[in-house]
Order: sequence, then C-alpha cells, then structure tokens
Amino acid sequence: MMGPRIQARGLTLRAGDFRLAGIDFEIDAGEYVVLMGRTGSGKTCLLEALCGLLPLEGGSIAIDGRDVTDASPGERGIGYVPQDGALFHSMTVAENLGFALFVQGRAAAERTARAGELAALLGIESLLERRPQHLSGGERQRVALGRALAAEPRVLCLDEPLSAVDEEARDALCTLLADVRERTGVSVLHVTHSRVEAERLGDRVLQLESGSL
Amino acid sequence: MSARSHARVDRLFTASLTGFVLVYLLLIVAMIAADSTYTTPAALGAALASPEIRHAFFLSFATSTVTALLSVLFAIPIGYALSRHHFRGKALVDGVLDIPIVLPPMVIGLSLLILFQTAPGRAVERVVPFTYAVPGVILAQFAVACAFAVRTMRVTFDAIDPRCERVAWTLGCSRGRAFWYVVLPEAGRGVLSAGMLAWARALGEFGPVLVFAGTTRMRTEVLPSTIFLELSIGDLDAAVAVSLILVTAAVAVLVVARAFGLRGASL
Repeated sequence: MMGPRIQARGLTLRAGDFRLAGIDFEIDAGEYVVLMGRTGSGKTCLLEALCGLLPLEGGSIAIDGRDVTDASPGERGIGYVPQDGALFHSMTVAENLGFALFVQGRAAAERTARAGELAALLGIESLLERRPQHLSGGERQRVALGRALAAEPRVLCLDEPLSAVDEEARDALCTLLADVRERTGVSVLHVTHSRVEAERLGDRVLQLESGSL
Repeated sequence: MSARSHARVDRLFTASLTGFVLVYLLLIVAMIAADSTYTTPAALGAALASPEIRHAFFLSFATSTVTALLSVLFAIPIGYALSRHHFRGKALVDGVLDIPIVLPPMVIGLSLLILFQTAPGRAVERVVPFTYAVPGVILAQFAVACAFAVRTMRVTFDAIDPRCERVAWTLGCSRGRAFWYVVLPEAGRGVLSAGMLAWARALGEFGPVLVFAGTTRMRTEVLPSTIFLELSIGDLDAAVAVSLILVTAAVAVLVVARAFGLRGASL
C-alpha cells in the first residue's frame, strides 16, 4: 500500500517573534489540503519550511517516503507559488514557464514545447511573449502556477494565490486549480484566509493556531 | 479657519515650494550659463589643442572608465550581501561603507598617502607603484566612487523581491545561479545607474587625486587638476574651457541616465 505523499513529523521552527512546534500532518497523493489561520500565525513560514526555504529546528519531512528534511529546495519535488506570483520580470512569460527546464539544462526546443503545453493547460497561450509587468493579477498567478508545474512537482505549495486578484479572476482561478489537480494528480497545500476558497477547493482543512495545527 | 483662509494658506504653501525650487534651479542654470558665455568657441578650441589638456582629457576619461568598472564589480556583491544577508555587525559594516561619502576628499587622499607609507603599502608599491602614478589616480577615484555605487546597488537589490530568488531555488537553482539568472538581470538598470554615477564621481574627483597621485603635467594630471593648475597660473579662459568639458560630460550622464529611465538612489 502506498504511503502519504507528504509526511511531516514534529516540525519545529522559529521565525521572527513566533515559534511553531510539534507540527504533524500528512497529505495524500492528489489530495487538496487548505491551510488556514490568522494573519501572523505562521502559515507562510510552515509552507516555506516545507519547501526548504526556512530552516527547521526539529522534525522531519518525507515526500513519497523519501526523507527530504535536509534536501535543498530544488531536490524536494515541491513547486512553490508565493503570494502575487513573484514572477521573473526580466523574462517573458514563455521564459518564466521554461525556467525550470532551463535550470535542468534542457534544450531550447524542449523548453518551448513545455511552455506551450503549460500555456494551453492554463489558458495563457496569447501571453507567451509578454513580460510580467504587462499582466493582470489573475494572469500573473496563472504564469506563476505554470512555472511551478513545469518541473512536474509532486506537491504544490500555494501561498494565498487568490488574494491579489478580483472576484471574476478568483472564480476562474478556483476552477483552474481544481482542474490542474485533476489533470496532473499533484498534491496541493493551499494557504488562504478565505473560507469560500477552502470549501470550494479543499478536500480537507488544516487550522494553524497558537503555533500548532 | 474659514474655507477662504484655508485656500490662501494652501496657495502660500505652494508658492513657497515653487520659490525654493526656482531659486535653486536659477543658481544651477546661472552657473552653467556664466561658464558658457564667459568663453568663446575659439578659446575652447585652443584649450583642447593644448597637449597637456588633451593628455588630461584622455587620462580623465580612461581612469574614470576603469574606476566605474571596478566600482560596479565591487558594488554588485557588496550591495547584494548588504541587501540580503543579516549578520552580526551589519550596522557597523554599513556605516563604514558610508565613510568615503562623508569624509572630506582631501582626507581620503591623505589617508591613502599614509597607507602606502606603511610596510604593507610599501610592499604593494614595489609591485605596482600607486603614489604619484596613474594607478594612484584610479585608486583615489575608486575610494570615493565605489561608495556611491554600493549605495545604488544596495537600493537596487532592496527593490527586487527576494521571493523571486526563493522560487528559483525551488526550481533547482543554487544561490549563485539564482543570483546570476534571476537577480542580476532584474538589477540591470541599477548596475547601469551605479556605473554612470561612479563614472561621473570619478571624473570630478579632485582632492584625493591631488594629494595621493599628484598633478604632474602629462603624467597624473586629470581635468579637475587642470582647472586648478590653469587657475593657479591665471589662465581663466583655459580653466573655464576645461570646466565646460566637465559640465558637458555631467549633463551627458544625466541625459543618458534619464533616457534609460534610471531614477534610482542617486540619478
């Protein structure tokens, strides 16, 4: 029998004024989990620790049974979408989408093909030659999602991906996120304040309060 | 206060702001206009025909360019380290890096002169002579200009979202590759701005160059030293002509900077 996709055990970390201690959770393959909590409760820190961007004081993280606690961020198989996308402004949308493959040393033709596939999946084919400065909030989030999906991660960590977009774009992105999960089988950990998002997208909700889940 | 007196106070405030802007603007324009009208194209031509002034012209532009390149080379890693890393004593390091900006230029020249009289300084001097030599001109310019380039690069990197690098790490980049492929291209305008600022500072540097490298004609004389030398022998025409060259270079830097849309920390 297959184990969980992500298995976090006793995660302890300190960031700024607060400390998260003894965080345990599991996420199954293809499961969509929403992480909620008050502002400053440490949701983003937990997400970053999972991605290897914040050091842990204790605990362990395993992905598909492989211990990645000490692995570098690029070796974990986790795609990260920060709030408002943090796109690379010196690159076009196509270059953003192909960046992961560029880092892996793949050929330009392969990168272009993958960027095209992702653009089709995310409905942004017409934006490939644009720069991020000329995109709307919703379009930026689609590109950020595509850039994270390019390396075919097993887990997607989304940090309030819908907070900086208008109502209409939010609705479209919700549908898109559900569709992406369905088509790629990726496991998702989605941080949000919104109960509506949680109810619409999440298979399960984790609540972070006073430094623990 | 009634609405009418409110409006009067607001008008007075706006008028006083405009007044301050106009007075200072007028002073700058008047200075440049005075220089331009004092001399004639013939006097300018005669100054440029002088072998000493031509030597100073080429030395100034060559040393300023080398200084600007060196400044950018140092300012990029220093600015990035200060922007992204938190370490014990960072405030002290930050303060020390500002010293060349606030120190009187003559003191910088004198400090360099004394440094090269110490045992390590003399050892360096045996390999590359700095004191009263062309490398000394570059070092004296670099000591000041680099501090301005560092400030510009620090502000540039502060303005780049650090999450971009973090995303790049998750996509397989090492810290070095994330810097090279993601941060540095985004800092392009800042790099240009820092280089131009360093170049302009180096071109106008006088005190440190005079004290450390001297102002020997056809050897270590740069354009600001030429103004000093021409004034000291009473040739005001030549001094003004050289001043106009420096004014033109400064205006050219500003025009190019504005053309590239550089409105960073210093330009």
